[in-house]
Amino acid sequence: MSSEAIKHGHAVAEVHSHDAHDSHGHDHHHEESFLTKYIFSTDHKMIGKQFLITGIIWAIIGGLFSVLFRLQLGYPEMSFPFLEDLFGKWAAGGRISNDFYYALVTMHGTILVFFVLTAGLSGTFANILIPLQVGARDMASGFLNMLSYWFFFLASVVMFASLFIQTGPASGGWTIYPPLSALGQASEGSKLGMDFWLISMALFIVSSLLGGLNYISTILNLRTKGMSMTRLPLTIWAIFFTAVLGVLSFPVLLSGAVLLLFDRNLGTSFYLSDIVVKGEILPNEGGSAILFQHLFWFLGHPEVYIILLPAMGMVSEILSVNSRKPIFGYLAMVGSLFAICILAFLVWAHHMFVTGLNPFLGAFFVLLTLLIAVPSAIKVFNWLTTIWRGNIRFTPAMLFAIGFVSLFISGGLTGIFLGNSTLDIHLHDTYFVVAHFHIVMGVASFFGMFAGVYHWFPKMYGRYLNNTMAYIHFWVTLVGSYLIFWPMHYSGLAGMPRRYTDWSNWQSFNQFADMNRFISTVAMVVFAVQLLFVFNFFYSIFKGRKVKSQNPWGANTLEWTTPINPGHGNWPGDIPEVHRWAYDYGKDGREFIPQTEAVGEHESKH
Amino acid sequence: MQAMSEQKRKIHPHKFTLWVAMGSILMMFAGLTSAYIVKRSQASWMMLEIPMVFWYSTVTIVVSSLTVHLALKAIRAREMVAYRRWMVTTAALGALFLLLQVVGFNALGENGIRLVGAGSNASYSFLLAISGLHGLHVLGGVIALMVIAIKAVSTTSRTYSSLPLEIAATYWHFVDALWIYLFIFFNWMK
Ligand code: HEM
Ligand SMILES: [Cu+2]
Repeated sequence: MSSEAIKHGHAVAEVHSHDAHDSHGHDHHHEESFLTKYIFSTDHKMIGKQFLITGIIWAIIGGLFSVLFRLQLGYPEMSFPFLEDLFGKWAAGGRISNDFYYALVTMHGTILVFFVLTAGLSGTFANILIPLQVGARDMASGFLNMLSYWFFFLASVVMFASLFIQTGPASGGWTIYPPLSALGQASEGSKLGMDFWLISMALFIVSSLLGGLNYISTILNLRTKGMSMTRLPLTIWAIFFTAVLGVLSFPVLLSGAVLLLFDRNLGTSFYLSDIVVKGEILPNEGGSAILFQHLFWFLGHPEVYIILLPAMGMVSEILSVNSRKPIFGYLAMVGSLFAICILAFLVWAHHMFVTGLNPFLGAFFVLLTLLIAVPSAIKVFNWLTTIWRGNIRFTPAMLFAIGFVSLFISGGLTGIFLGNSTLDIHLHDTYFVVAHFHIVMGVASFFGMFAGVYHWFPKMYGRYLNNTMAYIHFWVTLVGSYLIFWPMHYSGLAGMPRRYTDWSNWQSFNQFADMNRFISTVAMVVFAVQLLFVFNFFYSIFKGRKVKSQNPWGANTLEWTTPINPGHGNWPGDIPEVHRWAYDYGKDGREFIPQTEAVGEHESKH
Repeated sequence: MQAMSEQKRKIHPHKFTLWVAMGSILMMFAGLTSAYIVKRSQASWMMLEIPMVFWYSTVTIVVSSLTVHLALKAIRAREMVAYRRWMVTTAALGALFLLLQVVGFNALGENGIRLVGAGSNASYSFLLAISGLHGLHVLGGVIALMVIAIKAVSTTSRTYSSLPLEIAATYWHFVDALWIYLFIFFNWMK
């Protein structure tokens, strides 16, 4: 708020603060130092880029971890001396130790779920797109927004530091179930590394909350004139629901984590009861490990949608723009996002079918879980109808968006298997679950994110990504992902459990040895191609083909009415007024009609 | 001018942000108190004995809600002396509340009840964890009130904007109401 506004009384001050916000853009030529421009920036575009680049770095680390443990899983009898050179006792004899394996899996999950697909995805696109697409100079609070990034950064530092602790990082799976995670004496990874994990996640939660508050507040309060809620692009709707999910579910995880910290460090017994570790009987009594699972999954399930919804939103937008057709069923798209959001809070126990959950209660969770298929199917139907007979431009972004739809269908169908509690008795904790969530959440959301990066890169950096590299990236990733995860359904159905270092002593799973080697090999190829993307990304920031036109994709949304390289404040003059929804493509013989164009007298209704 | 009057009706974005944040904080305590309820229905639950001091702290925080309201009235009426007085009173009452909470937990300890460590019972650990987290939120409020009060005294330009205090006061009423909820909850769900 400007100091001028403060001088006036209460009511006036309020009006003025808005004005101050609006006039932001006109006069922003005062000098910005390197520090305020690139580091402690309060410009939403720069903060978005900070989230993206931090996310990319984490993705490389997290991806590399999966290559390491796939090496072990695919080639259990081989020894890789270079691993011992790198990791010492963790890979004695060139083979990944059991403790190290579990640490790698845990960190891979934590990093990709939280640091890449939550912070890297929501953080990036919420920041870049909200003000640009709703028509605002910046976020409701640039300062909180900056804090949001820096809390993420701190969380990153703590998590990264935990990789170098003598007893190793947390290892108990990304879900860190107690009692394992609560008892330092139970495993190396439950020692200091687990405290680091919890502290890092607490910081991460603060970051997410600060970000989420801002996103919600900006979308509801700072839309430009004419931008009613029903004229918002679907990206913004999706980000809005994502933020609501985060704001309501992350605090519950925080409470679960706080109680776990108590159990670990203060000797309380929230989650612990009747435990014997290495022959020693622990005094803890009366706790319940299942309690943690309730608290965890009350966040955990919404979390998977926190990861998916932004991807859905961007895909909707990109499919429509590149099919040159309006999105099919706009309101149904918003409605199904809303339905998914509500249901996301009512299904957490489907992760707990085999914990001794009352089967009667389980039946309700089966019903509610399977209900999610309805809004999901609506979305799939609408995406397909949107591109149906469209005038499709196969840009890299479009390809990734179509890939997303394919993956979402494949992974959603296996969800229906898992959602049946009786089937889940067999499938739980097998590779079937691994296949399910990697396809539907992991890879699909990555596709949404790639689609977003390819589509909005010109807005972020004023240059294009290289197309040849992009096409290689797309095809290898699409084919590779299916080759990696599809076979896992079979081993999962055969009962092969997840989170095991080595199955070779297990007669019944020996038949999958070749398949595992195949999966590992493909995983390495796919990882290499992601590095190609990273190269393309950084190369194109500096050397990419320059964007010459303000609206390179011929899109309707407001971000393309800003200058090619928008400054702080986004629009040099007034913020444009909006007169229509974002999806007037192929209407009345015109290819596209921007949101800023007034509705003509004889225009047909959409 | 159309746009202006439209803006006027709208709630200030910072205030709005606070409301969402309060919803978020509420979810955390909803999570904790539901965990408490789940735990209570299980074996080896111990009936809580709530020391008298917690009644005093409850009264303290209720009174502080009143004083922060008076401070707000004062700044709206530009009565800076009264404003400062009520601000300091409120912050002091907040600090007193925290002190009383600590005294309360000490009293429990003196009665031989173990809140943490070997031999502790989850009932009391819950009381500690939940009240402790609430206390942290009160502490945040006390700091915010102090900052606002100090700014009001020390800035050279006279600032009469009540917005920061309005936001802080809303938050303050919130932590007050939250404590009342928790207090009733603990007494009811012993
Ligand atoms: C029709 C829709 C879906 C249904 C019915 C469904 C059902 C389930 C069920 C029952 C499980 C538990 C399996 C087990 O542990 O035994 C599960 C696991 C999982 N699902 Fe889904 N799912 C659906 C869609 C999704 C989507 C859209 C996402 C993410 C964007 C997702 C992410 C996950 C994850 C991450 C796990 C595994 C968590 C873990 O144990 O590590 N699911 N799903
Ligand atoms: Cu779930």
